[in-house]
Amino acid sequence: MAYTEEELKKELETKEYEYGFYTDIESDTFPKGLSEDIVIAISQKKQEPEWMTEWRLEAFRIWKEMEEPEWANVKYEKPNFQEISYYSAPNKKPKYNSLDEVDPELLDTFKRLGISLDEQKKLAGVAVDIVMDSVSVATTFKKTLAEKGIIFCSISEAIKEHPELVKKYIGTVVPRKDNFYAALNSAVFSDGSFCYIPKGVRCPMELSTYFRINQAGTGQFERTLVIADEGSYVSYLEGCTAPSRDENQLHAAVVELIALDDAEIKYSTVQNWFPGDKDGNGGVFNFVTKRGICETNAKISWTQVETGSAVTWKYPSCVLKGDNSIGEFYSIAVTNNFQQADTGTKMIHLGKNTKSTIISKGISAGQSQNSYRGLVQVNSRAENARNFSQCDSLLMGNKCGAHTFPYIEAKNKSAQIEHEATTSKIGEDQIFYCNQRGIDTEKAIALIVNGFSKEVLNKLPMEFAVEAQKLLEISLEGSVG
Amino acid sequence: MLEIKNLHASVEDKEILKGINLQVNPGEVHAIMGPNGSGKSTLASVIAGKEEFEVKKGSIALEGEDLEELAPEERAHKGIFLSFQYPVEIPGVSVTNFMRTAINESRKARGLEDMPANQMLKLIREKSEMLEIDRKFLSRSLNEGFSGGEKKRNEIFQMAMMEPKLAILDETDSGLDIDALRIVANGVNKLRGKENAIIVITHYQRLLEYIVPDFVHVLHDGKIVKSGTKELALELEDKGYDWIKQETVV
Repeated sequence: MAYTEEELKKELETKEYEYGFYTDIESDTFPKGLSEDIVIAISQKKQEPEWMTEWRLEAFRIWKEMEEPEWANVKYEKPNFQEISYYSAPNKKPKYNSLDEVDPELLDTFKRLGISLDEQKKLAGVAVDIVMDSVSVATTFKKTLAEKGIIFCSISEAIKEHPELVKKYIGTVVPRKDNFYAALNSAVFSDGSFCYIPKGVRCPMELSTYFRINQAGTGQFERTLVIADEGSYVSYLEGCTAPSRDENQLHAAVVELIALDDAEIKYSTVQNWFPGDKDGNGGVFNFVTKRGICETNAKISWTQVETGSAVTWKYPSCVLKGDNSIGEFYSIAVTNNFQQADTGTKMIHLGKNTKSTIISKGISAGQSQNSYRGLVQVNSRAENARNFSQCDSLLMGNKCGAHTFPYIEAKNKSAQIEHEATTSKIGEDQIFYCNQRGIDTEKAIALIVNGFSKEVLNKLPMEFAVEAQKLLEISLEGSVG
Repeated sequence: MLEIKNLHASVEDKEILKGINLQVNPGEVHAIMGPNGSGKSTLASVIAGKEEFEVKKGSIALEGEDLEELAPEERAHKGIFLSFQYPVEIPGVSVTNFMRTAINESRKARGLEDMPANQMLKLIREKSEMLEIDRKFLSRSLNEGFSGGEKKRNEIFQMAMMEPKLAILDETDSGLDIDALRIVANGVNKLRGKENAIIVITHYQRLLEYIVPDFVHVLHDGKIVKSGTKELALELEDKGYDWIKQETVV
């Protein structure tokens, strides 16, 4: 076996997206297109109160006046927003009280996704909320959590059952007019997860949401709202997959995190949306707005492993509003074939003695483009703000690109900002060294990539770290130059 | 154990090895000496199966099996070990993790289960003590920030862990001070056995004072021009490589 670049590239092309199956579940899908009527219909379908309908309509009006942003370092054919269906739900029972009631086809889907709900139950480590297409289909461990006063449910349910919380916080971190996709999401979001941790409560288990786009021609617009009340702690996981289709699917989510005084939120994502085929056809457009706000002494950590999507546009950010608050961003972004990722973070220092850390690891293979874009902003009143950023890029082959766009705006002289960046390439010498020790090329790449990403992988909760490691291996099988 | 017949090898159409013949039997230590550019490191790389070298003619066989069609990792599974002249860095991968992966991959190739963790730990303890390696060193990233001596000692540690049939030490003495040289050589001597063989590639006679070879070969311009016993190394030390060069011309 020779390891010339050409042969390796061929090898790489043959790897397939293993979550690319489509489940034949009857679903209730809206006609394509977007109008005020559709927005009202979504809201009615979800039996929402009037204030929510109005909130959506206002978002829709804002969105109509906005233009799709073009500043990101990605090229793609803009979606035709009238060609997308904005609501699709598995048809059978809209709500399940126990797993026994869930459509067996659906359960089978979850098994293939590697999330056996039964097993999860037995392991008793993770509570899962699953969002298929537009509707949350199963939330586990509700009772256990309720005993501690923790609310973990779909956002639709939260709008009905806990309107005071939703009303108070939705749109406060990511306003409707924030950006084009956030406005769109605010108008049409169909489901998502909601989580509230009461004062002083430490959530006893990882909370997890699993997103899946199933139907063709549908967009997925989920909305997640996590509120950690004073002195509470929660670790939240999010996973995503989609079937292989040769058309592009749109995913425009909004995640808002609110960490009140002394609270801590750890938010981890393993994103594995369909990346498109080896020729760059199909794949998910992933345009996501994620932002958290930290009050006094609060802390938010974003950890993400991004291996999927044809185009990714995502900047999980922290607004460090309170004094002594801490924001962290740990990211691994892998691009292969024709994937494009423009991802990074924004750390907005408003309070005194605020600290932020950014560790970004970009891995590019094939003909992909991988950009880090980050903003560190220190407000004039933010005395003694500190930031450390480290952006490392690893390249495989010589047709891919790695880009770093760090923006630093410091308006207070006491700010300390450090930025480090490195770029390296997996060398044939490294591969040969591993080969000589009996490690084949694929395993060698996995080893090297895992080593490169270690600082970030270590930040993931155990259950997720293993999955993420495997995902890195699959995403990069055979790619070296 | 190793039989090389009329081996010709090129890189980018430039012929480097021009007809090497070498027979290494179990239990033997062979030294290959020669001036810079004579093809010593190329020979080591070709035996290990590095792709950038093309074998044009001749054959290499290990225990009677022709190696030509085998990938580098398959050769490693068969028991060939190369101690690199310039070991590469792999950031974020600890020495222990690297060795665990290497050993288990080789076991997998032989149809064996992964080595149980306690056995692995015992092996690591044993071999690190033998080579006077501080175990803290083993949790550091492979070769990253290692001194020249640490890199070489780490190579020999890996050799001890992998227990190869045929070990090729490519300029293992370069970059070593005298203390490190002694430790490394002692380690190698402890690994000598009736069942395995070692090829020591070196520029200087110095290492051969510690690792005493059964045979010494002098490589010049891609050919073995002189073979003898350990006395040949001393003679070379005395007269320099020019003596060999002149002799070949004559």
